[in-house]
Amino acid sequence: MLVTSADVQSGTRAGRVVMLWLLIGFAGYFLAPWYILEDGFFSFEWLDGYPFDTDYAPAAFLISQGEKIWLAPLILPLLLPLFVLKRQSSRLFSTLLIVAGASGLFYLFAQGFSIGIRGFNAQWMATLFGDLGDRQFGFGYGAVLLSATFLFYLTTGIASRGYINGDIFVVGAIGFIIAIVAIFIFFPIAQMLSSALRDNDGVYSVSVFISKFSENKIWGLGCLTENRGCGVAWNSLFLAVIVGAATTLLGLVFALVATRSGFRYGNWLRALTVLPIITPPFVIGLAIILLFGLSGSVTQWVAGVLDLQPTRWVYGLPGIMIAQMLSFTPIAFLVLIGVVEGVSPSMEEASQTLRASRWYTFKTVTFPLIRPGLANAFLLGFIESMADFGNPLVLGGNYDVLSTEIFFAIVGAQNDQGRAAVLAIVLLMFTLTAFYAQRRWLGRKSYITKTGKGDGGSHTLMPKRILWPCYTIATVWVVFTVTVYSMIIYGGFVETWGLNHTLTFKHYITTFAVGYNEFGIHFKGAAWDSFFTTLKIAAAAAPLTAMVGLITAYLLVRQQFHGKNWFEFGTMLSFAIPGTVVGVSYILAFNVPPLELTGTGIILIISFVFRNMPVGVRAGIASMSQLDKSLDEASLTLGASTWRTFRKVILPLMRPAILAALVFSFVRAMTAISAVIFLVSAEYNMATSYIIGRVENNDYGIAIAYSTVLIFTMLTAIVLFQLLVGRNQTSRPFAQSRTNVG
Amino acid sequence: MKKSNNIAAAVGIALLGSVSHGIAAEKLTYYCSAQEDWCQLMAKGFEEATGIKVAMTRKSSGETLAQIKAEASNPKGDVWWGGTGDPHLQAAEDGLTVAYESPMRAELNDWSISQSESAGNKTIGIYSGALGYGYNEEILKANNLPVPACWEDLLKPEYKGHVQMANPNSSGTAYTTLATIVQLFGEDEGFEFMKGLHKNINQYTKSGSAPIKAAARGENTIGIVFMHDAVKQAVSGFPIKVVAPCEGTGYEIGSMSLIKDGRNLENAKKFYDWALTADVQSRSLEVKAFQVMSNKAAESSPQAPDLASIKLIDYDFKKYGSSAERKRLLKKWDDEVSTLPR
Repeated sequence: MLVTSADVQSGTRAGRVVMLWLLIGFAGYFLAPWYILEDGFFSFEWLDGYPFDTDYAPAAFLISQGEKIWLAPLILPLLLPLFVLKRQSSRLFSTLLIVAGASGLFYLFAQGFSIGIRGFNAQWMATLFGDLGDRQFGFGYGAVLLSATFLFYLTTGIASRGYINGDIFVVGAIGFIIAIVAIFIFFPIAQMLSSALRDNDGVYSVSVFISKFSENKIWGLGCLTENRGCGVAWNSLFLAVIVGAATTLLGLVFALVATRSGFRYGNWLRALTVLPIITPPFVIGLAIILLFGLSGSVTQWVAGVLDLQPTRWVYGLPGIMIAQMLSFTPIAFLVLIGVVEGVSPSMEEASQTLRASRWYTFKTVTFPLIRPGLANAFLLGFIESMADFGNPLVLGGNYDVLSTEIFFAIVGAQNDQGRAAVLAIVLLMFTLTAFYAQRRWLGRKSYITKTGKGDGGSHTLMPKRILWPCYTIATVWVVFTVTVYSMIIYGGFVETWGLNHTLTFKHYITTFAVGYNEFGIHFKGAAWDSFFTTLKIAAAAAPLTAMVGLITAYLLVRQQFHGKNWFEFGTMLSFAIPGTVVGVSYILAFNVPPLELTGTGIILIISFVFRNMPVGVRAGIASMSQLDKSLDEASLTLGASTWRTFRKVILPLMRPAILAALVFSFVRAMTAISAVIFLVSAEYNMATSYIIGRVENNDYGIAIAYSTVLIFTMLTAIVLFQLLVGRNQTSRPFAQSRTNVG
Repeated sequence: MKKSNNIAAAVGIALLGSVSHGIAAEKLTYYCSAQEDWCQLMAKGFEEATGIKVAMTRKSSGETLAQIKAEASNPKGDVWWGGTGDPHLQAAEDGLTVAYESPMRAELNDWSISQSESAGNKTIGIYSGALGYGYNEEILKANNLPVPACWEDLLKPEYKGHVQMANPNSSGTAYTTLATIVQLFGEDEGFEFMKGLHKNINQYTKSGSAPIKAAARGENTIGIVFMHDAVKQAVSGFPIKVVAPCEGTGYEIGSMSLIKDGRNLENAKKFYDWALTADVQSRSLEVKAFQVMSNKAAESSPQAPDLASIKLIDYDFKKYGSSAERKRLLKKWDDEVSTLPR
């Protein structure tokens, strides 16, 4: 048998990797507290009473005291690789690693899921083994370290089998990404599905599911035949289609004005695209109420002029629609501006040279080329509208939609997790279909006509009969948007909107007052607490999001492996999972051992990481595709490992993408609400959930003042970032990034 | 991979370290279902009085019940203070809370003690408030509408599109309304009333006090709510008038319960006793909470509706707080009332 130098090299490297993980696993088993600490993952109260206090003891100490003896078998797979460390190139080495890793992982999770806080979780186990008389809490440091060890035993074993050229780093990275996506995306969704299939007593029953699923409140068509509401599913669908179409149209108008009108300040329009990213939920809804509500300025004025009775017309479909169009038009604009610019001027020139009129050129050349972009923008608007939570909550009236209905199924007096799960499934069905359609029809085709090969010329202008309507619509919409946002700023400075318009700093003082006392600066305002928590959580989530996103992007762009399509689908999937669904599934999945995370700051961080992961991936893919592969190859040829190449060559070149992912996920974490509202706890209250509390309490002034502060905080972050990296490099990641759903 | 993982862990720990609270201290996890500022006042007041660190979550009573239920196998909260009594009674019925006889009981009003006894001492009344409605004077005038005074008045056709109440499925207040109407008029006639009312309702809100807040902002005319909520809007300067319906009305008892298997039971009991003292209960006026407090010696506001002058029905908390009756009534309301055209 031939032994190549690569084999030998990977052999020694594999040995070092295994040794390192063995030590880590050893620490997990013998040193670190095995169970989750009541006081939080990062508290150090456990040092007191460690290692003998059962709450804080490592697994080995527990077993030596005769407790939790079901943890004892884990020592076998941990130490198994010791026997073959000297025989790394043999087949036995890889086999044993795979066996140790797989069996260790399996046993670790099997015991975690079968023995819970009340002894055996499953009835049949209690019958089989008798009552356990003991219980266990969630995984802590020890269990996490040990499971990492088992995971990397497994991947190193697989790599030693020669998979992906025996590259330990790449196989490990793939295994790591698969593991976290499985735990934090697929597992919660699966838990949710299973909870939808259970009746109130926890017995699985398909008929219960069918009866809940086919409920009249979800699918009823009363609005077509009689004077009453339709089911929530139809409401959501109808709204999403309208909003998708309207935002696409407006987005196209803006894209044309910005690029094809000769309009000098077209670039200023681009600033609009930042708005939806930095606008906290509810504020647009509140501004709409203040303008168009029964006592809103515009309603009152129109009613006065036309001598009409003011009505509550804005509550329901019209209000949600206006608010969502304001929120999501910039997203369509972002997508379409790229598409419109991407159409090669030379094609249009060719058409005109052949004596086609401007209108004919537009109709037969330009428009067909941007059509796929339109479909893409429509689907994005559709998904965003489906997932939107804040606007329907404030403006919904009697028009119920899925995202808010899910929330009220959980939090209301009805308190029915099963119903919430069923509704979440319906919502997920819609968004996944749209997501699938987007990828299926548009994902693979290339409509790019710019080849980078001497494609000079500038874009032809629009024909007049399109230009003028576009100008009009764009102007009206810009004026409207500016009005709404100035309302928001103004609203924070008046005593009580609609009643007393005296200017005041009252709301800012209540929320953000700073005082001095004997300890120095003292943050007196009511909002500081949630503001700092939000900053910390967002700052903690950002680097993790960037890291996970970039590793995934690296694997997708630079490596070839089986099942890569599925890998890509899995990592992008969270894009199509609405926040409310994430929230529901997280509380169902992570409230009980072995993965016990509710009430911690970690669950918030994790939810942000996985909700924003597709953004990191896209930013990474975009910038990595621009790096010539010969750079990596040069490094690899010179004998560097893939890990070293990744670290020394690729990462430094991707700095702009990394920064973009960092800032984006930071900003997103500050404005997220839909998942957050299910996951906040006493200690970790977030800004958005504080704001919703004020809205509920009629304190619009405070809600708006706080939102304004958030807007300016985020603007500062973005501007600093732009200054740091420069405009051109950042536009692309941002352009691609605002595709995650609310 | 190994190193990236280590680095990630290090970065994570460095960043998260600042999020955690590493100091060992006496703690109390406090779930609050009253208004935000009152919750804060209680939390801060208790911290100041005892030095025990309070972690507070404010959610509506329905939300909190849901949370306690979800966490039942692994409770995170210690004490649940505030919010209408029904969810507290339901929690008692579901075995989510524990019985406790506070030494403060001698100082409390009878209604508080009797509610507690009906739940096997697993909950206790801290305040009570009567149901009624409020209207926006200006809008009423602008629309030339008569001034309402009774429940029956709300059925008048001229109020079509002017009345708002919460959805009983999502709000304890609205369920109290439903139960009150059923007790006041009898079940059949009560449901006829709800059907008539349905024609005039412009929106069933999700939250209990939303109708009067909307009325205060001029987004609605009449809101069916607890009277103390309406008083609060009036005192805040909104053009709201409060009505105690002439036929008589039901009331709620805002309650407090100790969560079963809580991690800081002793501190929770301290809080429980402290929250029942007259001094603490008198502080409710600081946050414009106009309920009648359960401690006989607690001060009340001159603006608060005087429970003695309102015709109160003999509200059957045990029956209408039970989950079976609640489910039955809600289902009946869903099937017979909410599906009607307006």
